[in-house]
Amino acid sequence: MSGTVRPAARTSSVATAIRRSFATPVAAVITAIVAGIAAAIVVPLARWAFVSATWSGAADDCRRAAGGACWAFIGHKAGFILFGLYPIAQRWRPGLAAAVLVALVVCTAIPRYWTRWLLAAWAAGLALAFLVMHGGIGLTVVPTQQWGGLPVTIMLTSLGLAGGFPIAILLALGRRSRRPLPRAVAGAIVEVVRGVPLIAVLYMAVLVFPLALPTGLSVDKLALAQAAVIVFASAYLAEAVRSGLQLVPPRRLDAGLALGLGWWQTMQRIVLPEALRTVLPSFISIAVGFFQDTSLIVIIGLFDLLNTARSAAQDPNWLGFYAEAFVFVGAIYFCGSAALSWYGLWLERRMARVGSGADVRLPLSLTAAVPPE
Amino acid sequence: MRSAADRRAVLLQGLGLGLTAAAVWWLARNTNVSLAQRGLTLGFGFLRHPANFEIGDTWWLAFSPADSIGRAIIVGLLNTALVSALGCVLAIAVGFVAGILRLSPNPALRGLVRAGVEIVRNTPLLLLLLFLAASLHALPPPKQALSPVHGVFLSDRGLVLPAVSIGRWTIVLVLAAVAALVLRRRLGERWWIAPAACAAAALVSAIVRPPVIATAHLRGFNFAGGVTLSPELAALLAALVLHQSAHISEVVRGAVLAVPRGQRDAAGALGMSRWQTLRLVVMPVALRAMVPLLATNCVSLIKNSSLAVAIGFPDVVSILNTAGNQTGHSIETMLIMIAVYLSLSLLVAAALGRYNAHLLRTGTAIS
Repeated sequence: MSGTVRPAARTSSVATAIRRSFATPVAAVITAIVAGIAAAIVVPLARWAFVSATWSGAADDCRRAAGGACWAFIGHKAGFILFGLYPIAQRWRPGLAAAVLVALVVCTAIPRYWTRWLLAAWAAGLALAFLVMHGGIGLTVVPTQQWGGLPVTIMLTSLGLAGGFPIAILLALGRRSRRPLPRAVAGAIVEVVRGVPLIAVLYMAVLVFPLALPTGLSVDKLALAQAAVIVFASAYLAEAVRSGLQLVPPRRLDAGLALGLGWWQTMQRIVLPEALRTVLPSFISIAVGFFQDTSLIVIIGLFDLLNTARSAAQDPNWLGFYAEAFVFVGAIYFCGSAALSWYGLWLERRMARVGSGADVRLPLSLTAAVPPE
Repeated sequence: MRSAADRRAVLLQGLGLGLTAAAVWWLARNTNVSLAQRGLTLGFGFLRHPANFEIGDTWWLAFSPADSIGRAIIVGLLNTALVSALGCVLAIAVGFVAGILRLSPNPALRGLVRAGVEIVRNTPLLLLLLFLAASLHALPPPKQALSPVHGVFLSDRGLVLPAVSIGRWTIVLVLAAVAALVLRRRLGERWWIAPAACAAAALVSAIVRPPVIATAHLRGFNFAGGVTLSPELAALLAALVLHQSAHISEVVRGAVLAVPRGQRDAAGALGMSRWQTLRLVVMPVALRAMVPLLATNCVSLIKNSSLAVAIGFPDVVSILNTAGNQTGHSIETMLIMIAVYLSLSLLVAAALGRYNAHLLRTGTAIS
């Protein structure tokens, strides 16, 4: 039944839009101009991307059919762009690792799964993904210098946010502490990290931090970059957590303490669940930002999705097809970011619907210990 | 009398302080050992040494490889300042227009702008930057330059614009008139005298020495006259403006939508047109809500300008990185980099704090 109602409602909203676009003579003129501009953009773009595009063959086929996109180039290079320098015969491994990480992210997005088991799933999933990527136990070991492409982008983002989250909670609690030392340390870390560009944090991690280690001890560059992303994420998440904590009425803490719970217990079971719930949407927008910002590791010479695309476009056999490479990875970034943003909006609407969310349970199983009301 | 909890807190903090100090000491000792092995000592003396590298883009300050590293860093700072200033002004202008257009009652117009904003917001800035830089380098040479508007040329040498030279006094007087307008509340009852006088003097000065617009023209294999933005600078500026204006358009849209509906209805009831309502009623309220967000957007534009290093535009990060790599003094160059950006962020934070206090004091804050 709803199947017959819904399309009708949709056509009517399209009809309303069309009617409004031509409501007055001025509106009609504006609509005509907009249509002209849109056509001037879309028509050449469609001609480039579809009509005169070359779908298969070699670089010379593309050059002969000048004027269109060379999707044959993407066909040749998709494996490299997605998986970087990972040995070609072993490409199923980064594929599997990326799939595991994406599955974890998707599960984390479903409120019904916000239980203690999710933490266990993350631990197991990360271990599995690392094992599959790195090798050992029967698989050939692939050093991180050969990791690249989509798995690296997904790993930096998801591990950066997942690792930054607990640190962010500590930093936020520290900044709101009555004691001077935690307040000073947490405040300094958050302000310094938020005050400088991500590139500066990456340079610090890759160029300066190794100098401060004992001689002979060297840390993997990708691990350093991952640590930098975690630190950077924790500072931004900490500010979101702090603003959530500010929205929790102080009497909640008093009530918890009056019940005989300790400070940590009150925080863990009463204050933090409420605080984190209110700022979930800002976590999502931070996540979208980080998914895009991990591309900055191009600058320290690591191979994420953007850098593999750039190097593919610099292949002497396929020079000049940079637009195809950037459009290809741009579409991947767009889908990821748009899906995340869309999820954030859905979460916000859902929270508005269920109030502050009696049934909205929390990540980190913070509410798992709360007795049912 | 101190409670047991207080005593425990003091003890724990003492312990924490001790651990932090120990960690810092350990890292510092390791650093000293590593530096000694490389034959380096900490210090800023290297800033006086000759740079031995070229800088592609120099504005205002000439530079040659024989000049000192310190001078190179100042050139980089000026480049960052140039990109930041132009970028912030343009991004706010474009973002305002886009934000207002997204509130248009015309669905087609709204949809077109929204599509552009969504594409830019959902792809990384670095991708946009690399794409624009590659596209500009792939343009034809000056002889076949594209010229979308008279006097503007796009070629693989970059973007060439007409140069406008205005008399020095005209600029000073116009700035004085603007300053007097901004400070009109402090000038008392006859506040209009100062800006009017400055404007009149500026007009006289402009008549005495009229502004000259010099269009570039092709000479040999390159353009002569006009102002040339290198491909790197043009790409960086375009990417930063596109990216940040998409975010600013959201800020503008949100701030306008946050103005209570009743105010708009009241203006309508008074017979104001849509444009008048927007300009006289909605914008003054929305602007106050926007200012802090516009400022943070400008700060993130300035921080994002550090992506220049990816396309080889010599901003301060790129030059500090080069200097650090060449001399081995990367600790010192990183300290300078952090100091530059941190002081900027703290300065803006302090200014915003004062602005908020001002709003609260004058009772003009909304919500």
